[in-house]
Amino acid sequence: MRNLQLSFNQTQKVRLEKALERLESLSSKSNPNSCVTVGDTIPVYEDGILKGHGTSDQKGELAATVCGVVERINKLIYVRALRARYKPETGDIVIGRVIEVVPKRWKLEINFTQDAILMLSSMNLPDGIQRRRTAVDELNMRSIFTENDLVCAEVRSSQGDGSLQLQARNQKYGKLERGQLLTVDPYLVKRRKQHFHHLEEYGIDLIIGCNGYIWIGDHAEARDKMVVDQGSNSEQPIAKCDKNSMDLDEQDGTYTPQEARENICRIANAIRVLSRLGFNITVEVILETVNLSNSLNLDIHDMLGSEFYVLVAESEAERRSLSKRKR
Amino acid sequence: MEFVSPEGLRLDGRRPTEMRQLRAEIGNVAKADGSAVFEMGNTKVIAAVYGPREVQNKSQQMSDQALVRCEYSMANFSTGDRMRKPKGDRRSTEISLVIRQTMEACILTHLMPRSQIDIFVQVLQADGGTRSACINAATLALQDAGIPMRDIVTSCSAGYLNSTPLLDLNYVEDSAGGPDVTVGILPTLDKVTLLQMDAKLPTNTFEDVMQLAIEGCIAREYQAVGMPPGFMIDSHGKGIRSYNYVPDRYKVAKMQGLLNGNVYSNPTLVS
Repeated sequence: MRNLQLSFNQTQKVRLEKALERLESLSSKSNPNSCVTVGDTIPVYEDGILKGHGTSDQKGELAATVCGVVERINKLIYVRALRARYKPETGDIVIGRVIEVVPKRWKLEINFTQDAILMLSSMNLPDGIQRRRTAVDELNMRSIFTENDLVCAEVRSSQGDGSLQLQARNQKYGKLERGQLLTVDPYLVKRRKQHFHHLEEYGIDLIIGCNGYIWIGDHAEARDKMVVDQGSNSEQPIAKCDKNSMDLDEQDGTYTPQEARENICRIANAIRVLSRLGFNITVEVILETVNLSNSLNLDIHDMLGSEFYVLVAESEAERRSLSKRKR
Repeated sequence: MEFVSPEGLRLDGRRPTEMRQLRAEIGNVAKADGSAVFEMGNTKVIAAVYGPREVQNKSQQMSDQALVRCEYSMANFSTGDRMRKPKGDRRSTEISLVIRQTMEACILTHLMPRSQIDIFVQVLQADGGTRSACINAATLALQDAGIPMRDIVTSCSAGYLNSTPLLDLNYVEDSAGGPDVTVGILPTLDKVTLLQMDAKLPTNTFEDVMQLAIEGCIAREYQAVGMPPGFMIDSHGKGIRSYNYVPDRYKVAKMQGLLNGNVYSNPTLVS
């Protein structure tokens, strides 16, 4: 709800407030004690508790060190900060931007306290063959990713000193092209089984990175093909990477058609609306929002108008109350 | 010059132990990790926090803790006479250092090794007490950025003019040349992190003035916590008695204010 600077008229204001009130009443965690700010004491009901993130011991009492929500899991008590940078966990799928190419590794900006490291050795070569990385590979690193490229990868491990290692050992990871990157607050993205989505009806690839970076791009057929028959047509991808990619785009017909671009923008706007309203971002909700805009015959640019915000908030309230009733 | 009238009122109509009206707002800078605008009377300050992020200058990187940097500046239009000030003048360098040290004392820097936190504060309107306003704004911005801290820092200034201790000096009182005590405290830990005075004062008077400044800090902490305006008038130096009693309702309001970027001191928006 931050930075929601829109001009609502009176009815829209009332409707939005009503929808938000309804959402608030639906949320199970309406316990006022679960919200803390810096320095607040956290009530402890049992002894032998474990202090988690965002807590500290002050004069024998447990105090919060960040503003957020108190979470209690068995004996562990921690404070989940809502507005903070991304906290990586092993196995997370993230999207990052290459900011530096240094010997044997790329440095990626992933909205973490430090730059993440993607080693040349922890990524699959374009030809898909498992072998030692030679000095030639090292020299050709820029032919894989150069500065400012967007890369999708997986968190391999985070060391004790806070540095972060990534890996891209699968064909589904790699460079992202022909699409849009959106940044949302990381707390809006929940960890799920599936972060890669192929929206077939729109012909779009959607990658929801755990670090709050979301990629919406034209469906990349080539990448999938490589997964299926890596061995047989290994010749072709090599040729693809070696040549200059610009003129190859035109030859290949990888030009993004107008329709696909419109779909990308529509989905992107749906995510923008959801993130500004502070709703969790999942494929289901995104698709529902897109369908809502389609059913209303809204133009893409009208999706960022105040009326659509109100409608999305209302439909979300409706959806949550329905799912609650089912349970 | 007479700073306190025979009726016991100051130049701007306040009583000696009365604070100016506070207003705070967070989330004003979209691209920053955390940001806040803090106003007290006519003094208005904006703070933006970037980070924790990768250290820009590798030689300054510390492997066991975060690097805290602070930059203070005054907008050209902030003072009565519009002046083009050089960027790194002595005054702003000193205040940058003061703010940096105060914030560094409360940030848990060891939790974010090899990273850097940048705090930018800019004075938009200067009417005395910019130092304490900057510290308060920086605290709010750091909280907004989700940076772990020991406790919040609150700061307030007090002076001594016409043999009366005065809370929260404005520009006219500040430029009178009397003593000006700026205090920064950690309210829940009950510790002092900043104490500055530019003139001489007898010890017993100093204690009075400092006590007043500390009370101002505490009152300020609670106003930032989201008290309704009615309470605020009480708390001008005095309502501190009920300090330990903070109803849950306000806590929720405070929290929502923090999350939504609403105005703190305006309960109609918060609740």
